[in-house]
Amino acid sequence: MKKQEPTPKIDFKSEKDMPLAPYSLGLMLHNFTGAWRNIRPEINLKECIQCGICWKFCPDTAIYIENEYPVIDYTYCKGCGLCAEECPTKCITMVEEEK
Amino acid sequence: MKADKEIKKKRMRLSLPPEEYMHSGHLACQGCGATLAMRYALKALGPRTALSIPACCWSVIDGPFPYSSLSIPIFHCAFETAAVSAAGLKAGLEMVGDKETTVVAWAGDGGTFDIGIQALSGVAERNDNIIYVCYDNEAYMNTGIQRSSATPYGAWTTTTPVKHYKNRPKKDIDAIMAAHRIPYLATANISYPEDLYRKVRKAKDIKGTRFIHIYTPCPTGWKTRPEDTIKLGKLAVQTCIFPLYEVEDGSTWKINIKPRDKKPVKDYLRLQGRFRHLNEEAISFIQEEVDKKWARLLKYEEVSPL
Repeated sequence: MKKQEPTPKIDFKSEKDMPLAPYSLGLMLHNFTGAWRNIRPEINLKECIQCGICWKFCPDTAIYIENEYPVIDYTYCKGCGLCAEECPTKCITMVEEEK
Repeated sequence: MKADKEIKKKRMRLSLPPEEYMHSGHLACQGCGATLAMRYALKALGPRTALSIPACCWSVIDGPFPYSSLSIPIFHCAFETAAVSAAGLKAGLEMVGDKETTVVAWAGDGGTFDIGIQALSGVAERNDNIIYVCYDNEAYMNTGIQRSSATPYGAWTTTTPVKHYKNRPKKDIDAIMAAHRIPYLATANISYPEDLYRKVRKAKDIKGTRFIHIYTPCPTGWKTRPEDTIKLGKLAVQTCIFPLYEVEDGSTWKINIKPRDKKPVKDYLRLQGRFRHLNEEAISFIQEEVDKKWARLLKYEEVSPL
């Protein structure tokens, strides 16, 4: 729901630094999956009816809600285009990413 | 990004709770259905949940050790032991006095239909207090699209190439599980998140083995466009290929969504590259099979409680 802040990646200098028990040390938020993207979604907020469908169907949880409007987190958006396809007013458009 | 001043402020109404237990940065393909299934299921289950995951797509999506994209504990177990590992976890938690934690076995279709069915059957027979979730993407997608017994008739996979496409129907795991007379069984679909949420929520409050079968399209293995994931899920329900229903105690069958006018299966098949080779004859055979299955299901509901 809120914007997710990247977490640091932990560098292990040797095997001895690794935890003895197999538990997780943090989230995968250091992995910026936005680099996988070829096309980017852009929301035209003037036509947005605040239905929340884009937020609901995002497989990467890359859409968060700020000031009652959806905002796309380009750090993590993989550019699958589900939000643009499912948007009832078609206010999300997929734009070619500039390289 | 701030909304323009001309836009009127309205409260956003969300149909699902805003808490997230699945976070960004995971390793799923674009448009993955399995991540959506996990996201909705965890919204319903809450933070006091432990997962037992065998080898399946989710053991990769979650990320390499020592990271995880879920904020709940996960136990990676051997391929065939998802159900019994979860039952063991639950028994252990009960021994130390923790009765609140829900233990969930989260397996793919290979770990449920083929490899894990023996353990699952044993757990269902003993009625161990776990939730078993099978997310069904209809092949071994994690290892590179091999045929499983969940693969539907006519589908292409790497082990059933176009010349020798699969000529056996999909295994009816829901009927097998219903025959175990478990307290709760449901089929769910990621395109109907509210329905999925309600079912997982309901399963959480029931004691005994609960089985939830979630339909999750896979753009990589089905050769579909990633943006069609939700559309495929909706079509699967509207064409009655994957009907949504619940079974309580193996006797009370209830169909949740009955499409008013059934769509032809052709609409569903032509969106997928794995069915591209099928001719009219094969498509009409699939239509017949789907109609038969749907008629049988309607009859089950009519005569229930059995």
